Amino acid sequence: MTTTGAQEISVQEAYEQEPVASSARRALSSPWASLAAIVIAVLWTIPTIGLFITSFRPAADIADSGWWTVFTNPSFTLDNYDEVLNGDTALSTYFVNSIVITIPSVLIPVSIAVMAAYAFAWMKFPGRDLIFVGVFALQIVPIQVTMIPLLSLYVDRGLAGGDAPGGGFYTVWLSHSMFALPLAIYLMHNFMRQVPGELVESARVDGAGHVQIFSRIMLPLMVPAIAAFAIFQFLWVWNDLLVALVFAGGNPDVSPLTVRLAELSGTRGQAWYLLSAGAFVSLVVPLIVFLSLQRYFVRGLLAGSVKG
Amino acid sequence: MTTGEKFAQMFIAIALFFGVVAVILLLTQRLRSRRGELIQSAAFVLPAILLICIGLLYPALSTIKQSFGNAAGTENVGFENYKHIFTDEALVRVLLNTAAWVVIVPTASTVIGLVYAVLIDRSRFEKFAKALIFLPMAISLVGASIIWKFVYEYQSTENAQTGIANAVLKFFGFDTYRFLLNQPWNTLFLIVIMIWVQAGFAMTLLSASIKAIPDDIVEAARLDGVGGFKLFRYITVPSIRPSLIVVLTTISITTLKAFDIVRTTTGGNFDTSVLAYEFYVQSFRSFDQGLGAALAVLIFILVLPIVIYNVRQMRKLEAR
Amino acid sequence: MRSRNTRRGAAAAAVLLSAGLVLAGCGGDDDEGGSAGGTSPGEGKAECKDLTQFGDLSGKEVSLYTSIVAPEDKPYKDSFKLFEDCTGASVAYEGSKEFEAQLVVRVKSGNPPDVAFIPQPGLLQTLVKDTGKVVEAPQSVSDNVDEFYGEDWKKYGTVDGTFYAPPLTANVKSFVWYSPKMFQENGWDIPTTWDDMLALSDKIAATGIKPWCAGIESGEATGWPATDWLEDVLLRTAGADVYDQWVAHEIPFNDPAVVEGLDTVGNILKNDKYVNGGIGDVKSIATEPFQEAGYPIADGECAMHRQASFYAANWKEKDPNLEIGEDKDVFAFYLPPIGEEFGNPVLGGGEFVAAFSDAPEVQAFQTYISGGEWVNEKGKATPNGGFVSANKNLDIANVASPIDKLSTEILQDPDATFRFDGSDLMPGAVGAGSFWKEMTAWIAEDQSTQDTLDNIESSWP
Repeated sequence: MTTTGAQEISVQEAYEQEPVASSARRALSSPWASLAAIVIAVLWTIPTIGLFITSFRPAADIADSGWWTVFTNPSFTLDNYDEVLNGDTALSTYFVNSIVITIPSVLIPVSIAVMAAYAFAWMKFPGRDLIFVGVFALQIVPIQVTMIPLLSLYVDRGLAGGDAPGGGFYTVWLSHSMFALPLAIYLMHNFMRQVPGELVESARVDGAGHVQIFSRIMLPLMVPAIAAFAIFQFLWVWNDLLVALVFAGGNPDVSPLTVRLAELSGTRGQAWYLLSAGAFVSLVVPLIVFLSLQRYFVRGLLAGSVKG
Repeated sequence: MTTGEKFAQMFIAIALFFGVVAVILLLTQRLRSRRGELIQSAAFVLPAILLICIGLLYPALSTIKQSFGNAAGTENVGFENYKHIFTDEALVRVLLNTAAWVVIVPTASTVIGLVYAVLIDRSRFEKFAKALIFLPMAISLVGASIIWKFVYEYQSTENAQTGIANAVLKFFGFDTYRFLLNQPWNTLFLIVIMIWVQAGFAMTLLSASIKAIPDDIVEAARLDGVGGFKLFRYITVPSIRPSLIVVLTTISITTLKAFDIVRTTTGGNFDTSVLAYEFYVQSFRSFDQGLGAALAVLIFILVLPIVIYNVRQMRKLEAR
Repeated sequence: MRSRNTRRGAAAAAVLLSAGLVLAGCGGDDDEGGSAGGTSPGEGKAECKDLTQFGDLSGKEVSLYTSIVAPEDKPYKDSFKLFEDCTGASVAYEGSKEFEAQLVVRVKSGNPPDVAFIPQPGLLQTLVKDTGKVVEAPQSVSDNVDEFYGEDWKKYGTVDGTFYAPPLTANVKSFVWYSPKMFQENGWDIPTTWDDMLALSDKIAATGIKPWCAGIESGEATGWPATDWLEDVLLRTAGADVYDQWVAHEIPFNDPAVVEGLDTVGNILKNDKYVNGGIGDVKSIATEPFQEAGYPIADGECAMHRQASFYAANWKEKDPNLEIGEDKDVFAFYLPPIGEEFGNPVLGGGEFVAAFSDAPEVQAFQTYISGGEWVNEKGKATPNGGFVSANKNLDIANVASPIDKLSTEILQDPDATFRFDGSDLMPGAVGAGSFWKEMTAWIAEDQSTQDTLDNIESSWP
């Protein structure tokens, strides 16, 4: 993006309807504003580009010279990726495990959270606000403190260990769902509250019950918010190492990609060349998910609402 | 297990889950009476409450209990662990660092996320520009730690540089700098990593909220002659205030819990440790269960101001 | 797992419906100790003679948890082949770099592996004392260790008079890596006394190269290579007896003898003329990853790097073409003695095999791995080097690499004084806490020797 490019944009937009942000953007004022956006984008991307370039460099070069030297002294290899993908252990099993772990770990907590958030936002029951504050405050509990109590519970109930049903998938799904709920409910509640109250009231007057309001009015309105949270939850689960290590019952058969990637550098090594390639292999799926879900919320969290 | 079996299992689990949800909704759909509404509410919240109680509340309570126990958790030592924490000189430093993290990370991430969201809104490159800022969130921790190693790595000025930050310094004729070692700025450089990760979160949510501001409000403001920075200050920011609070709160809590960055960059050395890292070290490296639990409880207590602020904001919103 | 297919649906329903964890447990799988009965598949085979007493273990599985991950795990898996052939049992191997924390979590949660390879005797003590879940080693294992290992090694696997864990592998830490080619070209001789080594350092420093390179960065374990330095030197300045007292905290951590030892280390590590070859100044030691700290030797920018035998693997990462050997690109010499009195003790480390079950297959596995056969199997399964053991039955011909051979000779030398890495024996709060941290501050913040040792002393639980 260049300054000229940015000017073109504002010209083009003069024809469009003027929503608040774009006029604010225009107001924050053209060349400087564009420059600021470009600077942020560049600063945010350079470190990642460094990793990307590193992942194509021969191991010996990585230790000796900076990644930017490739521009003056190009030397690339595909060996790193070859070793990561086709090394001693094939990655495909871990890929499958990651997918099998992630999908339910996103769908289940998101669904439960949307329902709970609806109740906290629009239903009346005793202790509602107190419970909501409690739920929200429990975000602070670090997963590390849950490991021993929760795993003990699973073990006592025969859900973990070598004889675990499903080889350990259930405990991983369940744990991810539990840990996601406070934040999910808190965020969804915030978006639910932004739906105008008259909408709910008039539906109630028309004789609609909560279940109808929830499924016919709220859910469609919440699609962008759900998509946004689902992306984050997807990323967190996809990149999670700890929950998988603890709750997958130590079964390599159900271990996700992260478990394998963490071991790429060997017992005492560093192997930047493998780790950087591995990081990009694992990045592909979340990136695809982000790009494909982006269209759901790029128009706004409450797009289509009758608000105002 | 074969791949087919794994997927089959996954689909069975998902189908069962949604089946149960559908049954709950169908069964409670017809209830209209006051008691019926109570049952309805229960059907909506209880699954979540139950999971949270098992997964988070119960472990949190047992942590509080453990914080009064000794290292092995075999006997009760009263407030001994807390006394230890507050008489430890090194902990003052840790608390100061934690405060720096909790103040700087949420503010900076939110400001950057907000400004960026406004700047790129409805531009031709919006999707691409968003993906760039979002990228750090999608990178695994292992990836992020390598990325920043190649930023902060130190070599003395005369040697070839492998860290880009020092390469830039050298290029402009400065001496190279020990980003991770020189106090107190090293903490700031670690904070930068967290901001880098969290700005994408702020940007995504705030951008969505900005787009939800009704156009007629803006129109009205414009007719009144409000424009430019004033529009941003008096219309945009107040309109997305609830989302701003949510984003700030969420990032604050995440920051309070975060220890991975400290762990992988400095290992808590050079006066960069934070409370969450101390908790991790005591619990899982020194295996002092009691002290680790007491540190965790301290983290729980530190979140209280944030909770209280949110409660007051909610009250205000209700009152409106 | 196939056979449980039908149960899976029901289990799923239970889990998801109630989330109340109503599934009934199906525990109680621990068999009684001793033999499983039946005829062992290894009956009549000479190499299986120690294992036939456990009977037919076909279909049994031993779950094993270690800190050793791919690719180093393959030689282990290969070396278990003989065990599997002899007993019919199989070994389920799991390695993780988060091993130490995760092992404790699993044991405390009641979900321990059958067997774990524990790299620090200090961790074994924690597990025994805090959880009580470690199972005492059976007689057959105890006999093996008496037969094949020195007394010291049995002591490290013993907690409060009960013997739990036989030794597995070992490493020798008292090595200084150097480049034989570089030494030859410059006419430098391998030093045989400490003074020689300092004289050589001065000589090298005069040529414009900083003679020593070091790095102690190791993520959350940053500082450990510096603790090895102190231990190695203390053994030479104060002797093994004082060292033992120091490790056991019978003398204070900041005893004058230790102050002297650390100052001796400081003469090298905090000497700007000596360090940090090819990397920077003294402070750069604190941020240089230990894995890369020796690399400047291969580039001719540094001459000496004190690090354990296992560093051999790191050279290959620097450049797969680097050759390790007495007249090759890189090799190691023995850290020389300081004065006659205490001679040249060996500092080393190793791993121990703890069991959390007394099932026959687990006891059979522990017996196999502590016996005379396994070490040779492991040696043969590790053609690229990286395996050393203190087991006297290890045939040096089965040890692949030159540095491993040298290490094995040192460990098998009956006259050598061996001492285990002290930080691995101390309580976690010191050995994996303040000792690392304060040594790092000693270098990075130029903290005085006295303050450093005082701080560690005051942190002793």
